Amino acid sequence: MALDNDLVKRYTEKFGPAILEAWTDRKQAILVVGRELLAEIALYSRDVEKFDWLSDLTAVDWPKREKRFDVVLNMYSFAKNERLRIKAHAAADERVPSVQGIWTTANWMEREVFDMFGIIFEGHPGLKRILLPDEWQGHPLRKDYDILTQDTAWVRENLGIESGQ
Amino acid sequence: MADERIPAAAQAETTVLGADEIVLNMGPQHPSTHGVLRVKLRLDGEKVIGSECVIGYLHRGVEKIAEHRSYQQFAPYVDRMDYVAAVSNGLGYCEAVEKLLGAEAPPRARVIRTILTELQRIASHLFWLGTHALDIGALTPLFYCLREREEILKIFEKFCGARLTTHAFRIGGLQYEAYDELEHDVERFCTPFDKRVDEYESLLTGNRIWVGRTKGIGVLTAKEAIDYGASGPVLRGSGVKWDIRKAMPYAAYDQYKFEIPTGTNGDTFDRYMVRMEEMRQSRLICLQAIENIPSGPIMGKVGKVLKPPPGEVYHAIEAPKGELGYYIVSDGTTQPYRVRIRPPSLINLEAFDKMIRGHLVADVVAIIGTLDIVLGEVDR
Amino acid sequence: MLMNVIHFVISIWVPLVCALIIVAVLPLVAGYIVLMERKVMADMQARLGPMRVGPHGLLQPIADALKLLIKEDIIPEEADKLLFWIAPLISVTAAMLAMSALAIGPWFQIAELNVGLLFIVGISALGIFGIVLGGWSSNSHYSLLGALRSAAQLVSYETAAGLAIVGALLLAGTLSTREITGAQNAYGWWFIFVAPVGFFIYLVASIAETNRAPFDLPEAESELVAGYMTEYSGFRWALYFLAEYTNMVVVASIATTLFLGGWLRPFAGTPAFNFLDGFPSLLMLLVGGYCFYRAPKQPVKVQSMFMVAVGLLLIVAAIVLALPLVPAVNNMLPGLKPGLHGAFWFLLKVGLYIYLFMWLRFTFPRYRFDQLMRLGWQFLIPLSIVNVMGIGLALAVHRQWGWSAWITFPITTVLTLLVAGFLGWEEEKQEDKHPFVGGTEEKLKDA
Repeated sequence: MALDNDLVKRYTEKFGPAILEAWTDRKQAILVVGRELLAEIALYSRDVEKFDWLSDLTAVDWPKREKRFDVVLNMYSFAKNERLRIKAHAAADERVPSVQGIWTTANWMEREVFDMFGIIFEGHPGLKRILLPDEWQGHPLRKDYDILTQDTAWVRENLGIESGQ
Repeated sequence: MADERIPAAAQAETTVLGADEIVLNMGPQHPSTHGVLRVKLRLDGEKVIGSECVIGYLHRGVEKIAEHRSYQQFAPYVDRMDYVAAVSNGLGYCEAVEKLLGAEAPPRARVIRTILTELQRIASHLFWLGTHALDIGALTPLFYCLREREEILKIFEKFCGARLTTHAFRIGGLQYEAYDELEHDVERFCTPFDKRVDEYESLLTGNRIWVGRTKGIGVLTAKEAIDYGASGPVLRGSGVKWDIRKAMPYAAYDQYKFEIPTGTNGDTFDRYMVRMEEMRQSRLICLQAIENIPSGPIMGKVGKVLKPPPGEVYHAIEAPKGELGYYIVSDGTTQPYRVRIRPPSLINLEAFDKMIRGHLVADVVAIIGTLDIVLGEVDR
Repeated sequence: MLMNVIHFVISIWVPLVCALIIVAVLPLVAGYIVLMERKVMADMQARLGPMRVGPHGLLQPIADALKLLIKEDIIPEEADKLLFWIAPLISVTAAMLAMSALAIGPWFQIAELNVGLLFIVGISALGIFGIVLGGWSSNSHYSLLGALRSAAQLVSYETAAGLAIVGALLLAGTLSTREITGAQNAYGWWFIFVAPVGFFIYLVASIAETNRAPFDLPEAESELVAGYMTEYSGFRWALYFLAEYTNMVVVASIATTLFLGGWLRPFAGTPAFNFLDGFPSLLMLLVGGYCFYRAPKQPVKVQSMFMVAVGLLLIVAAIVLALPLVPAVNNMLPGLKPGLHGAFWFLLKVGLYIYLFMWLRFTFPRYRFDQLMRLGWQFLIPLSIVNVMGIGLALAVHRQWGWSAWITFPITTVLTLLVAGFLGWEEEKQEDKHPFVGGTEEKLKDA
């Protein structure tokens, strides 16, 4: 259901049209924001709204949408004991501003999102794969990546086995 | 002669950089990295001036698998992530899906879940203590800790048939009724346990060598801990008094009285004290819980086929390692659209680089040990 | 010519037999000390230890030795082959040579040197060569670092051990091992009671000398550098191991000779305590009786028979030890009592000292290398110097001015303890500063 409480009002006041949607789902407030201002919104969330702890940064792939990726930030505030979820939509070739400068913990989280989805974060000091080998081709958590299209070349070269049957 | 089948990344390398800097590789196979963790250390003599953790050797694609299993079918997979504390993983997942469904486990199931989860916390901390002490050189506490842990694993075995990867809980409650002597067994374990923890403390806490190896090592200030997203004993050791069991209670934690231990300096010794105290507090929770387990049904009102309405949920619990979060997106079908697991060990491991700088090579094992990582959770 | 040779051999038949016994028996004894360590470790860790190979694991050392002998002999490709071959030999030779000047009981000594103790300390120091050469010849970065670290540790603690020995030598007035024990007999007090701080220093230094925990960083498994023994496998490694355990026996023997009264029975000079002469036989009888008691409870027939056999052996030993107490036998063979009983007491004390080593190993965590060196140089060496001065002072005052030894020695011991406390407090302050963290902020920022 759509949300229009004080928190949302403060965000819309500060960032205006960049706050695209706001609703609650299973008692959790969710904001959808514009991709370009993500870093500023994150900074505002940390400093003014006191969401000083980034729980999680991840992404979801909706291939049928025009902007297929949802970059999801789950934040928590110690002072207010509440959580907030912020989402930004991004197309496959769009770059998302990195929030690594705001919460250092986002460093590895963004690397994992890059590794699994292929989203490039602008301003990240060392964006390279974290879970998969550096030379791996493909981004596994995309919906169009299945077992038959996995990087059989790397597996064959380095592990000496045939995979993807 | 390099073996082509071994990925280049895993082979030992020692390159010489600059005037007096060497890169030392603590390879994926090492007795003290508690799993397949590779740490590249930049050393100036014996001092560490930089490090890089290379992970992913245990990556099994659990999040991808989740998209092709039904909700119940996925439940055993989560045990295999933090395999040292499988019950907690299961609790987090089941509660997350229950939130997604809008269902609730009945009170009896919630209390039994709490008891088992707290026993699992004690077991996880015991294992941590034994291996951490072993890395620093104390050979004996490991066996005492494993002896206690054996009792807990026996309880799990009687409850659900498995010691390690338990799959103890089901979405909506429990599958099987708790066995008759559960309260008796838990009490028989908990009653002498306080004295056992005193025994471990007598071996370690007052020991000058132990204090010398852990005090001032791996300091993480409160501000840094929050910035690095640390959680669990790592965060509490730095002085931030925060525990999800108190802040956003789940299962039956709001019914019981317990303390949250915190440290002051954020060094290895403080994290050690925090975990020791947590063991005592978990024991108190168990003793309070078994006094009054409510009777009633063990399974809530969930159907056989689970089709949560479309939407998403983020549910976090206080696992022994830290905040274990599940972000589940449902599109209305029987299979989740996206399952994201927020691994506490991975996020805590990020702080390793900060903690190791300026210390000696011999402290590397102490710091990896104090972060209490399980590679199954780091890599998923 | 031949007669001269035969005469020579006959004249040295006693030392020759002793030497043969040492060379033949010591490796076996070292193997059984390893087994004892594993059993003691298991006991402290609430488990059983080796139980399968032979009854109660008693054939475990034989099995281990056989396995190590038939292993493939691997030499690293770029290794210096001669040095690689020689290095373990140097360690073992040095350790065994050191045994030659020790007196295990008044009748068992290979070489009655009047500079016995100096010889022993010097030869044990030669063992360090074996370590350094081993690390060097392995042609491995990590082995060399581990070997150098180990050598640095040994050299540092050698100084402290030597000074502690000097303290006891001041009291004994002689370097000959036999006469040191005689001096303790004359004093009526074992030197541990007269110079307890010296004993403590020697204890700590000897643990570091033999690379035992809590000073075993250079060879610990969970550390980065696996030490000088990394590239050694099979029997070469067994030789290093043998050298380490023989060194343990050597330092235990030195400590026993110097501080624990050598082969003297407790209260050796007091006739009122002559009933303690029965203690060796009594001990054997008790252990034998316990074996008989446990024999029927064994799960397997072979183990029962074995326990009975061990019990019988112990009963025979008890009888042999009791023989010299019979006046008739004593008159016939007057040397039997000091020989047998002296050897028994000596070996008992050595065994207790080694048990103490093991106890400490399984209780304490490991020192980090910088802490280890700091302890050696900034605590033990100053303390041992003060100890020597204290003992010297006490002796001088006692002998020159006639003050009673009951006054001088306790006073100097207390003073030395105060100095120890002060040094310990200073060291803690040093630790708190933790010199390796901070002070390199510039470098850390850019790294």
